[in-house]
Amino acid sequence: MVAAGNLMGGRSDAAAPAAIELRGISKAFGPVQANRDINLHVPKGSIHGIIGENGAGKSTLMSILYGFYKPDAGEILVNGRPITIADSQTAIRAGIGMVFQHFKLVQNFTVLENIILGVEDGALLRPSLSKARGVLKRLAAEYQLNVDPDETVENLSVGHQQRVEILKALYRQADILILDEPTGVLTPAEADHLFRILEGLKAEGKTIILITHKLREIMEITDNVSVMRRGEMVASVRTAETSPEQLAELMVGRKVLLNVQKAPARPQAPVLEVRDLAMVDAEGVERLRSISFDIRAGEILGLAGVSGNGQTQLLEILGGYPPKGARISGTVRMNGAPLPLSGRGCDAGQRRRDGIGHIPEDRQVEGLIMDFAAWENVAFGWHDAPEFNKGWVMDNDAIRRDAEAKMERFDVRPRDANLAARNFSGGNQQKIVVAREIERNPDLLLIGQPTRGVDIGAIEFIHKQIVALRDAGKAILLVSVELDEILSLSDRVAVMFDGRIMGERLPGQTTTGELGLLMAGVTDSDGVPPGPARVTDLPEGRA
Amino acid sequence: MDKMPKWADVILTPLISLILAMGISALVILAIGESPWEALTTMVEGALGSSYGWGFTLYYATNFIFTGLAVMVAYHAALFNIGGEGQAAMGGLGVALVLLYLPLPHWGLALPAAMIGAALFGAAWAFIPAILQAKRGSHIVITTIMFNFIAAAALNYVLVNLLRPVGSMDPASARFPDATNLPSLSEIAAGLGMDWGRNTPVNVTFFLAVLACVLVWALIWRTRLGYQIRALGKSEPGAVYAGINPVRITVIAMLISGGLAGLMAINNVMGESERLVLNAVEGAGFIGIAVALMGRNHPFGIFLAALLFGFLYQGGGELALWTSIPRELIIVIQALVILFTGALDNMVRMPLERVFLAARRNKGAAR
Amino acid sequence: MILKDSLIAVIVLAICVIWALADGAAAQQGIGSALRLMTPLLLACLAGLYSERAGVFDIGLEGKMLMAAFTAASVAYLTGSAWLGLAAGIAGSLSLSLIHGLASITFMGNQLISGVAINFLASGLTVLVGQNAFGLGGRTPALTGTGRFQPITLPFAETLRGVPVLGPIYSGLISGQTVLVYVAFAMVPLTWWVLFRTRFGLRLRAVGENPASVDTAGVSVTRLRYTAVAICGVLTGIAGAYLATGLSAGFVKEMTAGRGFIALAALIFAKWRPWQALFATFLFGLLEAIANLYPNLDLGIITVPSMFMNALPYILTVVILAGFVGRAIPPRAGGEPYVKER
Repeated sequence: MVAAGNLMGGRSDAAAPAAIELRGISKAFGPVQANRDINLHVPKGSIHGIIGENGAGKSTLMSILYGFYKPDAGEILVNGRPITIADSQTAIRAGIGMVFQHFKLVQNFTVLENIILGVEDGALLRPSLSKARGVLKRLAAEYQLNVDPDETVENLSVGHQQRVEILKALYRQADILILDEPTGVLTPAEADHLFRILEGLKAEGKTIILITHKLREIMEITDNVSVMRRGEMVASVRTAETSPEQLAELMVGRKVLLNVQKAPARPQAPVLEVRDLAMVDAEGVERLRSISFDIRAGEILGLAGVSGNGQTQLLEILGGYPPKGARISGTVRMNGAPLPLSGRGCDAGQRRRDGIGHIPEDRQVEGLIMDFAAWENVAFGWHDAPEFNKGWVMDNDAIRRDAEAKMERFDVRPRDANLAARNFSGGNQQKIVVAREIERNPDLLLIGQPTRGVDIGAIEFIHKQIVALRDAGKAILLVSVELDEILSLSDRVAVMFDGRIMGERLPGQTTTGELGLLMAGVTDSDGVPPGPARVTDLPEGRA
Repeated sequence: MDKMPKWADVILTPLISLILAMGISALVILAIGESPWEALTTMVEGALGSSYGWGFTLYYATNFIFTGLAVMVAYHAALFNIGGEGQAAMGGLGVALVLLYLPLPHWGLALPAAMIGAALFGAAWAFIPAILQAKRGSHIVITTIMFNFIAAAALNYVLVNLLRPVGSMDPASARFPDATNLPSLSEIAAGLGMDWGRNTPVNVTFFLAVLACVLVWALIWRTRLGYQIRALGKSEPGAVYAGINPVRITVIAMLISGGLAGLMAINNVMGESERLVLNAVEGAGFIGIAVALMGRNHPFGIFLAALLFGFLYQGGGELALWTSIPRELIIVIQALVILFTGALDNMVRMPLERVFLAARRNKGAAR
Repeated sequence: MILKDSLIAVIVLAICVIWALADGAAAQQGIGSALRLMTPLLLACLAGLYSERAGVFDIGLEGKMLMAAFTAASVAYLTGSAWLGLAAGIAGSLSLSLIHGLASITFMGNQLISGVAINFLASGLTVLVGQNAFGLGGRTPALTGTGRFQPITLPFAETLRGVPVLGPIYSGLISGQTVLVYVAFAMVPLTWWVLFRTRFGLRLRAVGENPASVDTAGVSVTRLRYTAVAICGVLTGIAGAYLATGLSAGFVKEMTAGRGFIALAALIFAKWRPWQALFATFLFGLLEAIANLYPNLDLGIITVPSMFMNALPYILTVVILAGFVGRAIPPRAGGEPYVKER
C-alpha cells in the first residue's frame, strides 16, 4: 500500500500558478459527509483528472465549484484570488464552465437558443442570436466543434449535444472547463475526438478538470490526477509517475483483482436461439436489425456496445416487455420452444415462469420499488409465485422469511428487511436484485449493467455470483457498456452498433481497440456488413 | 436513514396541518368580527352535543368515507382522481334506475341490487378517464374535472327530460318504493329500546362504510392486486419490468375508485333523500380529496378524517343557523386542510425533520 | 402542419360565416355576445399559458378568477370606480397566486392539489366575506354608472355602419365593447411577442422545458417561475374583474361557473400557444352564446338540448386530450417542482 501522504507532499509543481485551488472544503448532507477537508491544486493550462468510485464525492465537489452547493467549510481560490461561489452566475463570471454528465439542454430549442440562454445581450433576442451565430462560427473553426446552429437539439446525436454543452461554456468565455464523466455516452471514436478537442483547448491555455471513473482515460489524457475515496482526497500525483494499478488501489483503499477468476466454460445445448430479430419503434426508428445469436447452457455471452445501440430494446423484448407501439419480427426460442414477441403471451410474468431471470439495466427505475421495504422488493416480479401467496392474499410472512434469508446469504447491509430500498447503498440495492433473480435458478439470466453505480467490493461479489450461475450450467446474456467487465466475465463477446451485431469475438483473442472499432460501426471486412453471428460460425475447440 | 420516525410522519404532520388550518380559520372568523371560540362551541354543541347532532355527523362522515376511499385507491396507483363528484352523481343515477325499475320487495334485496347499480355507474364514469390515461396518456386530473361537468349536465338532462314524474316541476325523480327504504340508525336504536338520533339521516350505510374501510385496507396491503397497484403507483417502468400490466391495473384501480365514489349514493340517495335530486352529491366528492390527504391515504386515517369533516359539516350547518357565519366557512377550512396537508406539506415537514435530526444528533453526541 | 395549426381558426370562422348567412341579425347579436363571453376565457387562458409555459400547472384559475370577481365588485361598489375595482381584482387574484407559488415553487408541493385548494378557498372566502360585508347571501350590491366598465364607441362607428359586410362588423362587433375586451385581444399578439421574441420569453419557455438548463446558466428558476405565476395572477385578475364589472353588474356566488376550467381546456386545445388560444376561446365563447340564444338548438334532424351545448367544451377537451385531434404535448417540466440534482 502506498502511503497517501507521500503523494500529497511530493507535488513538485505547487509553485506553478493555480487556476483552481481548494483548501479544506467540507460538505455534509444531513448525516452524510460528502466531502471532508478537501485540498486540491489545479495548475493553469493543465488537464487534471479526478478519479474515484461512485459516491466518493467527486460530483459534490464539482457542484460546489459551480455554485450548486455552499461548502460547510473551506476556501476556494480561482487564479490565486479567494472567491465565494454563491451561485452558478458567480462561477460563470469567474470563468468556470461545466459540462454535466446529464446535459442541461432545452430539447426543443435550437442550438443557438441554447447557447445564448442566460447570457443574452439585452431584452430582445434578435441581436443576441446574430452575435452568437458569429461567435459560434469562429469557435467551430478554432476547436473542431461543428454543429448546425439552427438545428433543434433533440435532433442531434449525443456526441453533438455534448459539443453544444462545450460551446455553451466557451461562449461564456470559460477558462476552466469541468467535464463530469464525459465519455459515458460516447463511442470510443467520439471519445477520441473529444480528447483531441480537449488537447486543443489546453493548447490555448485553458484549464480542464476531467471527472471520471475510467482509469484508461486518466492515463491517456491527464497531466495530473487526484484520487477521491469516501469523501476525502487521498492522493494527488503526476499521471506520468503513476500506474492504473496504483490508482485503483488508492480508489478502493486495498488491492483489487481487476480480473475475475474463472474456469473455462463448458457450454452444453443452446438455451436461447435468436433469429433475425428486428424491431421498429413507435416513432418508426429501426432499433434492432436482424439480430441472430445463440446462448448455450453454461456460458456467458457478453454484449458490448455504447449505450443506445439497441441493447435496452433487446433486453426488453427478451424480458417480455417490448416498448409500446413497437413492431417486432423474427423468432426467439427458449429451450426449443418459441417465445411470443408480442400480444398476450408476451408478458414479463410469463417469461419468468418460462425460466428467464432478469437483472435490469436500471435498478432504481426498474429493478426495485425504491419506496418499498427490502422484503417487499424480494417478491417484486415474483409476486405471483405460489410460495408467496395464500389464495387471494399474499403471504407476507413467507416473503419476509425469504427476504431475510437472501439478505443473509448475499451479505446485504444493513441486514434490515423492513428498511425501504432507497435507504440502501447502490451496491446493496443491486445485491437485493441479484439475489432475487439468481436464487430463482433461471435457465437464462438477462443482465443489464450489473455493476453500474456499485462499489468495487460489491462488484467482485456480484461477478462471482454470475460466474457461479454459469458454472451451474445456466445461460447468461450480459449487457454492459464497461468493456473491461465484458472482457473479464464473458466467454464470447458480441458487439452491438446501431441495432446490429457487428461481430463476435473471443475475449482472449481480441483487444479493446478491435472491439472499439466494432462499437463505432466499423465492420469486419471493408464495408461488407457482417453475417449473423452464431455459435456454429465460430471456430471449434475453444470451450 | 429516514429523517423522521414514522409516527411523526403519520400523526404529527397531519395534526400540525390541521392546527394551522384551524388557526387561520379562526383568524378569518375574527376578521369578519365573530368570536372563534363561540363558533367552535356552537359547532361542537351542534355536531357532538346530542344524538341528533351525532346522527348528522355520522351521516356526513359516511359520505366522506366513501369518497375518501375512492381518492385513496386511485392515489395508490399514482392517479389523482378528482372526479369523485361526478362518479358519486352517476352512482346516484344507478341507484335510482335500480330502485325505480326493478321490483324489489324488501330493502334487504334492494340494498345489494342498488349497491351494484351505484358501483357500476360510478365505475363506468371513471372508466373513460381511466382508459384514456392508460392508453393515450390523457391527464386524468383534467379529464376527471371535465367528467364532473359532463356528469352534471347529463344528470340535469336525465332528471329534467327523462326521470321527472309527469306534472312535477321539480328536477327530481319519483320517490323510491317504500319497501326499499333503508333502516335508519334511529329506527334500529328504537328497536333496541333506545331513543337515539331521532329524525337524523344516518342509516345502515354507515356500517357498510366501516366495512369498506376494512376491505380497502386488505385490498391495498394484503392482496396481490393491491401490491400491483402500489408498485405501479411508485414506478411505472418498474411495474412493466415486473410483469404488471399498467393499462390493466390503472383501469382496475380507477374502476374500484369510481365504484367506491358511486357507493356513496347508497347513503345519500337511497338512505336519505329516497329519490334522485339535482346536485345530490353537494361537494362530498371534493371533500374526499381533503379526507384522503388528511387521512394519509390509509383507511383508518380516512375514517378519522371523515368523522372530522362530518363534524365540520354538521357543525357548519349549526353555525349558519345560530350565528351570522355562513356555512361556507367549512369550504374555507376544507381548502386550508387540502392546502396544508397536500400542497404545503413540506412547509410543515421540513422544520419537523430538522427538529428530529437535531434531536438525533444530540443523542448521538451524548452517547 | 400549418393546416392543422389553423384548424380551430377555420372552424370558428366557418361557424361565424354560416351563421351570418343563415340569419344575419341573430349572428351579429350572437357573435357580439360571444366576443364578450370569450373575454374572461381568453384572459384566463393566456394567464394559464404563462404559468404552464414556465412549468407551473394551474388548475386554480377558476378560484383566482372568482376571488378577483369578488374583490373587484366589492371595491367598485364601495368606491364607485371600476378602475379601482380592477386593481382590487388583480390584488385578490395575485394573493392566491402567491399561495400557489409558495406551495409549488418554494415548498415544492403538489401543484394540482394546491390548485384544488385555491379553488375551494376562493369559493368559501368570497361567500364568507361577502355575506359578512353586504348581507346579501354572498352577492355584492348591483353596480351602476362608473362602478362598471362601459362600452366604448370607436371612431367612425356610426359613419361606417352602412358599408356592406365590413360596416356591421366594425360598428356592431368591434366597436362598442368595454376597454377590457380590447385589453384581452391586445394580449394575444403581446404574449406571442414576449414569448418568442424576448429574453424573458426564452427563459420562460426554457424553465418550463428543462429548469436545470436555466439554473446552470446562472438564472434563478425560482424568480422566473414566481414572475410567471404573478403574470398569471394579474391576467386572471383582469378576467375576474371583467366578469363582475364588465360582463355583469356585480358579484354573484360561484359566478365563474367553471370558466376557469374551460380556459384550461382552451389552453390544452391551443397547445399552449397564444394565437391558437384566441381561436379556442372564441370557439368556446361561440358555443356559450349559441346555447344562450337557442336553449334547444333545432338542427332539423335532431334537437340539441342546452345541457349538451353547456357540456360541449368539456367533451371537446376530453376528445382533444385523448389525442384524436392532434396530440397536445404540455411543457416537459410542467407540474414538477425543480430540485437541484448533484
